[in-house]
Amino acid sequence: MSNYEAVIGLEVHVELKTQTKIFCGCSTEFGSEPNTNVCPVCLGLPGSTIVLNKSVLEYAAKAGLALNCDISLLSKFNRKHYFYPDMPKALQISQLEIPIAIGGHLDIEVEGESKRINIHHIHMEEDAGKLTHQGDTISSALSSLVDYNRSGVPLIEIVSAPDIRSGEEAKAYLEKLKNTLEYTDVSDLRMEQGSLRCDANVSIRPVGSKEFNTKTEIKNLNSFRAVQRAIEYEIERQIEVVEEGGQVLPETRTWDESKGITVAMRVKDEPDYRGMVEPDLPPIEVTPEWVEEIRATLPELPDVKKNRFIMEHGLPAYDAEVITSSRKLAEFYEKTVALGQDAKVVSNWIMGEFLRLLNANNLEITEVKITPEYLAKLLSLVEKGTISGKIGKKVFAEMFEEGKDPEVIIKEKGLVQISDEGQLKQVIQEVMADNPKSVEDYLGGQKKAMGFLVGQVMKATKGQANPGLVNKLLQEALEELA
Amino acid sequence: MQLHEYTISELSSLISKKEISILELTQHMLGRIEKLDSELGCYISIVEDQAMEQAAKVQKMLDKGILTSPLTGIPMGIKDNICTEGILTSCGSKMLSNFVPPYNAHVVKKLYNSGSVLLGKLNMDEYAMGSSTESSYFKKTRNPWDTERVPGGSSGGSAAAVVAGEAIYSLGSDTGGSIRQPASFCGCVGLKPTYGLISRFGLVSYASSLDQIGPLTKTVTDCALVLNAIAGHDPMDLTSSRRIHPDYTKALINDVKGMKIGLPREFIDDSVEKNIRDAILNAVKVFTDLGAECVEISIPVMEYVVPTYYIIALAEASSNLARYDGVKFGYRASNPKDILDFCKRTRSEGFGTEVKRRILLGTYVLSSGYYDAYYKKALKARAIITREFNKAFEQCDIIIGPVSPTTAYKIGEKINDPIQMYMEDIFTVPVNIAGLPAMSIPCGLDNNSLPIGLQLLGKRFDEQTIIKTAYTFEQNTEFHNLRPNLNV
Ligand SMILES: [Zn+2]
Repeated sequence: MSNYEAVIGLEVHVELKTQTKIFCGCSTEFGSEPNTNVCPVCLGLPGSTIVLNKSVLEYAAKAGLALNCDISLLSKFNRKHYFYPDMPKALQISQLEIPIAIGGHLDIEVEGESKRINIHHIHMEEDAGKLTHQGDTISSALSSLVDYNRSGVPLIEIVSAPDIRSGEEAKAYLEKLKNTLEYTDVSDLRMEQGSLRCDANVSIRPVGSKEFNTKTEIKNLNSFRAVQRAIEYEIERQIEVVEEGGQVLPETRTWDESKGITVAMRVKDEPDYRGMVEPDLPPIEVTPEWVEEIRATLPELPDVKKNRFIMEHGLPAYDAEVITSSRKLAEFYEKTVALGQDAKVVSNWIMGEFLRLLNANNLEITEVKITPEYLAKLLSLVEKGTISGKIGKKVFAEMFEEGKDPEVIIKEKGLVQISDEGQLKQVIQEVMADNPKSVEDYLGGQKKAMGFLVGQVMKATKGQANPGLVNKLLQEALEELA
Repeated sequence: MQLHEYTISELSSLISKKEISILELTQHMLGRIEKLDSELGCYISIVEDQAMEQAAKVQKMLDKGILTSPLTGIPMGIKDNICTEGILTSCGSKMLSNFVPPYNAHVVKKLYNSGSVLLGKLNMDEYAMGSSTESSYFKKTRNPWDTERVPGGSSGGSAAAVVAGEAIYSLGSDTGGSIRQPASFCGCVGLKPTYGLISRFGLVSYASSLDQIGPLTKTVTDCALVLNAIAGHDPMDLTSSRRIHPDYTKALINDVKGMKIGLPREFIDDSVEKNIRDAILNAVKVFTDLGAECVEISIPVMEYVVPTYYIIALAEASSNLARYDGVKFGYRASNPKDILDFCKRTRSEGFGTEVKRRILLGTYVLSSGYYDAYYKKALKARAIITREFNKAFEQCDIIIGPVSPTTAYKIGEKINDPIQMYMEDIFTVPVNIAGLPAMSIPCGLDNNSLPIGLQLLGKRFDEQTIIKTAYTFEQNTEFHNLRPNLNV
């Protein structure tokens, strides 16, 4: 790798979650019975004409603004022609000349270094239908079925500049892109459902060169991890080819996840799409005022939010980064803090218990029942000493699953902290009587026997004893013997 | 006089006065079709049962006072590239010989709502590509004036049916003259409205930026009545204009005094048959005698209009016709080897020669390496041609000229000379390139007793001036009353 640098550009397709398709009124719902969300327009029936869905324009502009792009006040649609049964009109309506958004960027962090990845442009287009083959490929299949429910679902394609230099940067870029778009709420961003798709263009060149060499396009990347691995593999492969005196071919390659390699699909003799102005759609004109209205609907974006958490809440940069990595998480955090809780304490709980349980159960934040109100209540109870921190974690786990009020849980399970001195003294006497060896050790100067005895007291009270008080009373009791 | 000889306005008055019933009229028209159409070949499909049911329904609504449109009860035919729910819409092609649309075109909905009765779907050149209706997959339509001759095209069935009394009026579509030229060959009134005046929703696209639906009628008055019924914005077609259209019958005024009528010298050069030139000059005299002023103008870009038109039209056609791959609708090849074979054979077997020629030419001009030299240049030429016509209208209120350099020719005479046929579109295509409205009205007969058409070109969205001028001509001449002798 040392003599070469990689030049990587990513093309990210994002399905917009508008209610209806881009050029007709059909539902965009995922998972309906095949060919039920269709009409003459999205089936491309003879005589059908198209109408642009205004929400698509709004969503696309919103995404563009979130990614720091300029919005084109006049943009156009074009036709890209190719024959394939998933395209009902044998053409795709896309933006080839003047896309809706131009020239944005995202700042990523890799190994503690910040780096700017430029975004070349974002364009709107329609999705194709879905083919199912009875066989491996369309040419070898006995038969193929086509579902046009997805035909005409709105997409934006976010095309990065060739600024990415490694698989790790690619992954960081995708994570940042997904995170930012999540804040705009324009897409479900689910890679497994195809609402987020990524193709990678990879080439290599000697370090210091400014030239662009032949690139390959990698498809079938089903996770960010796959993007990273595929790029890393592809860079190594290209270096090997070049070092052996060969030439990198302009191929489309597919990522084989199980083998961890990219495989050539076809040599890419650049297809002639015969781009033509879409005659059924007049150019799309928007005003600067409209753009500002869309901008006003943008929420605070992750970078700004992160800085605010650092500056105003005093969170460590790491905490702020993790918490703002998801809009929902950041909102949960902010609401809890707004209820009067200490920022760092809330952050600790969220980054600790909350994320641990989310990951362990493989859940999305939207799927859990715990509310910021209950978390704030729980933190107050811990702070007041009604329960210990340790018990707090137990209660939290229950709240996480059931969505119950922490007070109710504490009452039901009898988890209130024991702070009654008389009751505790009695337990301490019993523990000391049961563990004379440890008492002797302590008195003989082995101070760490104290910890063992405290543990025994906690055990005897099922963890409910007020640990501070136990410490104090035990100390007193031992000193009396000395 | 028999019922099929009446105009819309005459029949409408007979119907509202209950002097005739809609059923009786419909029955008569179906009988007329039965008698004539095996010879003339105007219709691809005749919807007898639906027509009678519709007639009965419309009569009831009329009796209850629910329907009061001038088109209520008027039997009509529609060109077979305009979608009709539940009725074959073939575009004159084998490719769509089994295509029954699940929806109605916007104009069809409007006509149904006005109570007009559909008799059937009219023959046409395949996908509207042609000017003689000879490229129809189904049949040849014959010119009612001389059955050895073509009716013009591509709306040949629409024009012949109106003139032969097989429909009281009809709808056609005009991409480069497809309404005006057959209207001229058959001797009826044909209007190509301003681009955007009428919704194209449901019109099977040939060249989307040029296509426009329009009426074919016996008189200018009828033309205004049909135009009133079908014009107007449609939210389903973004290229349809939002402006509120006027009542076109208000423009039926017999007066051209003081009007400036432009006659481009390029429109009456030697390429135009002498009979036609004489008829046009005679029309000029009619107008000047009535107090109009004739202004001689020049449109030097005329030599570029045919190539510009064909590049744009065929580029769009190659795109619009890409969808016919046998997967979703229409003809499909049997026993394909694989998907490529399936697609290739479906298109090879489903399209006729002229359509294939145009798809190939259109694909060529859009291909990389040729795109700039042809398609892009044609778009520039289009802008220039549009500008020149707009400039010409600074000197006059209306432009007149011939529709075609010839009258109706013999069936088979030109079909093997596509270039010649393309060149004869010279006077009609600039109208589509510039998005203007234009009308063809009868203005005489040639030495073979074949109709000659006078073309009137207006400013964008100024159909009124065309209607007014044409109406005045009609009121002061007898050409619109000439009918072919059909021996029935
Ligand atoms: Zn649809």
